[in-house]
Order: sequence, then structure tokens, then C-alpha cells
Amino acid sequence: MKKHPALQYFRFDRPGNLHLWCAGCGIPQVWYYTTKAMEELNLDMDKVVWVGGSGCTGRMCTYYAGDYLHTLHGRPLGFATGIKLANPELTVICHMGDGEASAIGGNHLIQTARRNVDLVAIVINNFNYSMTGGQFSPTTPVDAFTMTSQLGNIEYPFDLCQLVAACGAPYVARWTTFHVRQVINSIKKGIQKKGFAFIEVIAQCPTQYGRRNKIGNGVAMMKWFKANSIRKEKAKEMSKAELEGKFIIGESVDTEKAEFGASLRELIKKRASIG
Amino acid sequence: MPASQTWLPVPIAISVNSTALLLSSVLKKKKMNKRILTGTHLFSGDEACAEGAIAAGCTLFAGYPITPATEISERLSWRLFEAGGIFVQGADELDSLTLVIGAVHAGAKAMTATSGNGICLMQECIGYAAMTEAPCVIVDVQRAGPGTGIATKTMQGDIYQVRYGSNADYAIIALAPDSCQEMFDLTVEAFNLAEMYRVPTFILADEIIAHLREKVVIPEEIELVSRKRPKLPPGEFIPFRTESDTDIPPMPAFGEGYRMPVSGFTHTETGSPSNSYEVQNSLVRRLWYKIEKNADKLTKIETLYLDDAEVVVLAYGSVARVAKSAVFRAREEGIKAGYLRLITLWPFPDQAIQDITKRKLRAIVVPEMNMGQVVREVTRAALGRTEITSLLKPGVELHRPQEIYDFIRRVMK
Repeated sequence: MKKHPALQYFRFDRPGNLHLWCAGCGIPQVWYYTTKAMEELNLDMDKVVWVGGSGCTGRMCTYYAGDYLHTLHGRPLGFATGIKLANPELTVICHMGDGEASAIGGNHLIQTARRNVDLVAIVINNFNYSMTGGQFSPTTPVDAFTMTSQLGNIEYPFDLCQLVAACGAPYVARWTTFHVRQVINSIKKGIQKKGFAFIEVIAQCPTQYGRRNKIGNGVAMMKWFKANSIRKEKAKEMSKAELEGKFIIGESVDTEKAEFGASLRELIKKRASIG
Repeated sequence: MPASQTWLPVPIAISVNSTALLLSSVLKKKKMNKRILTGTHLFSGDEACAEGAIAAGCTLFAGYPITPATEISERLSWRLFEAGGIFVQGADELDSLTLVIGAVHAGAKAMTATSGNGICLMQECIGYAAMTEAPCVIVDVQRAGPGTGIATKTMQGDIYQVRYGSNADYAIIALAPDSCQEMFDLTVEAFNLAEMYRVPTFILADEIIAHLREKVVIPEEIELVSRKRPKLPPGEFIPFRTESDTDIPPMPAFGEGYRMPVSGFTHTETGSPSNSYEVQNSLVRRLWYKIEKNADKLTKIETLYLDDAEVVVLAYGSVARVAKSAVFRAREEGIKAGYLRLITLWPFPDQAIQDITKRKLRAIVVPEMNMGQVVREVTRAALGRTEITSLLKPGVELHRPQEIYDFIRRVMK
């Protein structure tokens, strides 16, 4: 029997359950998209490090068969920067949840984007903290129901792509788990980009968010993404009212600029020639 | 009689116990490369610390500006590049220590430096570094607190915080320098111990030592230690397998093919997360014992006149300088005073305390700049055999020699 191509990337060392994700979850989809991008780029797994933090998304790295650093909640980008600076040969891929990236890790996100460290940061946005039982995060839409917004969410959500683009990241894209090929292509582009690549993937959490907001199971949520995703080119021609509740997808930034690690190594060269 | 005339230190043999530097066969004398400023210098403590990091082979430093540790960052922001390393100004103390821990897992030797509120912010990462056995150096130039306190004034208030600040149980190493030369020497040693024991290692300096300017000699040759490397090839190597509960697992770097699973979760010897009591029990015991059971090897102390001492002044850091001068004065006045300086603060040198309490002492006097942190440990270690007296000042102002001298006299009455 032919083996699934993703299996070579999977770490089969857990006693009991192979993984902890629920049926219909969007996170393992992005896990697969990441390995698919690595496979299509023919990357040596020994030179690719995955970094994650806490929560359902934070666990992604612990199922990766290569080197991984499973870090603190909100702080994977700091650790990833350290790894990349210590060994620039490594490809470093960070997976973060929406709460992790934009609440507790908000400063790490904007600073790493501003510095333009050569990393791939994939934020899986399922609109809530799932692991802890479904509480609202900085990306939860207004009026949505979660375990800590049982009367409806009153906080305005972040647009993470706009935030990171404003920090100067040279690659920013947003897709949903429905956009399989686009996500894989964006991850490939991110890996090849010499600089900070930020990819937001809107994903379904049927267990917490889908259930409480009566959107339905994993398939129903993906249909919801499909029906409400608007390409950024098309969105430009639409009014604010028309864009209410829509997901604007596409690549919003794709440029080149000097990378942090390369600039630091330039300084070594400069000082070495003086000394 | 003016104090300045009578209290000049007399030349005397000082025994420095340096078993920590003798314990391992992995030590190699390394010829300094030309980027290291060998020779005699006039350095502040902070500058000496920065040069110590360079001499120890530090390849990444990340730090956030904070008085009185900022000069370490300032010097390394150009000197480290000269030595072929990388300086990063962290976005905060969390950013700084996460960078350091990431870098050491990728094979670097790395350091951060902070003070006051900064060491509070680092606590989460310190526990993570202990759990993932990341060999890093953290310089804490203690300043007056609590809270923001007084940024430019001294205190020895973080003794317990560096040891017990993060959640749950782990162990660390902490060294307390009392001179600019020791800021250099102990920074090198901190890197060596961090590498040897795979543990966050602290320099517990204070504002006085950091801002003092003194002669610092950087030797031509220096002993450096690198972390133990796996003997088995990838595939056969078990990441966290050790021979005993005091053993330290070998440490490959990311990118070397070992496919290292590194996690802050309670983990088995293969690195996979676990909820079991057995795994927690063996892991936490090893993280604790690998340092605490090696306390005797790690103990560094300086002693004076202990042989016939009836009262011992026990001090560390900047206060030890004053304490020594008070002991000289007491000896001149015929009081049998001894002096014990703790260089290793953690693991706490219980044995050194027990050794001096075996003799008949009137008291051990512990002057320190806090509300009684080390004196509590001394009391615990002394097992009630001798009277322990505390001479406290809660920071800002260093003890005066007269204060300690008067205290010795009062104890001896």
C-alpha cells in the first residue's frame, strides 16, 4: 500500500491517541499544508525547525518529526528569532493561534515583523481560545458567543494582516482552510522569502466556536468560509456595508527588504575589517 | 583614629576554593583569539562582565535597556560584533530571554543582562530554560526595590527570586561577584557551568559592583567548557536519557540531524509529552538533583582567619568588601574574627556553613542588603549549632565598615 506523503513528517511517539485535535478541526489541515509545502520545495527535514507555543495550534510542532521547539504561550517568535540568528541555514516555521499571536504575544508579533526576521509565521485564526474551552480572543467578531462572551462579544477584532503589514513585513497573506492550494503556495513563498512572511489561515473550530455560534460542524464551517471569502482585488470595489462579515483573502504584501540576520552579519563583517 | 589609616588591608594569603573549575576533565585551556582584549584594563563591573562573555565564547547577546545593567548591552552592542557574535536589543526582557534560549538550542552560547523589574519579567522564561535544560547565562545587576524602587541604587534583593521565581520546582546556579575582576572571571565561569550542567546560570551582581571601576586582568589563556555532545548517531540517540538522577543529557543542536523534540511540557526521555506521575517524578527530581546533589562541587567560597575564629562574618557581593575591612580592623583590635565570603549563592553551600559551625563559635554575623535572605539559608544550614545574627540594610546604602565592626564587638561582649 502506498504511504501518505505527509506521514514521513509525523512523529509517531505518543502513547494512546496519535494527536489531540477534534474531528473537523482546521489545525491539522494547516499541519498538512505545511508539510506539503516542504515536500514540494524538496526541503531537507533536518534543516527545518518548527516552533510553536501553547494551545491547540501550539501543539502542531510536537507532531513534527524534525527538530522542534515547543515554547511558551505567545512567545514562539522570540525563540524562533534566536534559532534563526544562531543558525541562518535553518528554515524556521512558527505556528501560532490567534490568541497567542495577537493577545499575549502581540509585542513579539509586531517586533518580529518590524525587524524583518527571516521566518515563516503562520497564524491559525479560529476566532477563539479553543484549548481552554473556547474564550474570546482579539480576533473574535463583535457579537460572537464564546465561554467568556456569553452575552455576545463587545470588543472590536484585530485585522492581523493589516497590523503586520503596518509593521513592515515583506510578505503578508490571508486564506482560509478551504483554500488548500493557495495556502500551500503561500507557505512555499513564505519559506523562499528572505524576510518575515506572515500567513493568516482562517480555520474552523467546530467544537467551540462553530457550535456556540450555530455555524455547524467542520464541513459547514468550511462552506461558510467559501461563501464569505472575498478576494482583496474585488473587496476594493465593495462598500464597508457589503464587506460586513466577509473574509478578505489574498496576498496583501509581497515585497523585498533587508533581512535582520543578514544586516547583523554585515555588522560583523564591518567590525572585523576594522579590527 | 581616622578609619582610613587603620583599615588598610594587610597582605594576607586568601584561600579561594575553586573546585568547580577543577571538577571536569572536559576543561581545555584555550588560547585567546585576537578579538579578546588580553592584558590589564580599567573597567567598570558591567564592562568586565561584557568582556567576560566575549572571552567565554558568547555568540549571541540579547538585552533590554535597564539601569544599572545597561552598560553591558552598550559595550556588547559593538564589541560582540568585533568578536564575531551578534548583539540584539530585545523588545523587552521576555523577548531578550526567548532569543537567548532559542539560540542556545540552535548551538550558540548566549547571555542576557537585566535588573529589577526586568528579572521579574524573565521568570516565565527562566522556568522554561530550566525545563528544557537550556545552558544560558543571565546577569542580574540587583538594584533597590521592590517595584521600580531606585534604579541607580544598590540592593541584594533578588537572591530568592532568581532561585524560586518561576513556577514549581527546578534548580539553578548563581554566582555573586565582589569585584570588577570577578565580574569578568565569574561571567566566564557562569558560561562554563551553564554548559556543563545545562542550566540557566546567574551572575548576581549589584549596582555597586556594576558601576565600580577597577583593574581587570584578562589572561592570555582561559579555561572554557562546551556542552556534552551525543556519542550516538541520530536515530540511536535518546534525547533526554541519563545514567542517573544527577546526570546531564548530551545536547545536540537543531539542524544536526538529531530531530530534537524540545518542549516545556513534562517529557519522557524520548522528549514526548507525558501526564504520568512516573515521568514527572523522574524529570523533576533530576532537574533538582543535577544541581543540588552537586552542590559541593559547585561551591566557591573565600575564607580568612577561620582557624581560630570565635566570630565569623559571612557576606557576599559588595557587602563582602566592607565586611572584610571590618574583620581586618577587628583582628587589629585583638578580636578573633573570621571571614567567609560566598561566591556560589545557589546551590546554597550548606557544607561550607556546616564546616564552620563544627568549631565553637560565638556567632555568625550576616550583613546583607535586604531584609534577611541569605541569613535564612545560613540559619537552615547551621542546624542550630551556633547563633546566627543578622545585620540588615534594605538597599540604597552599603554597610559602613564601622557598623559591621561595632556589631562584631557587640556580639563578642
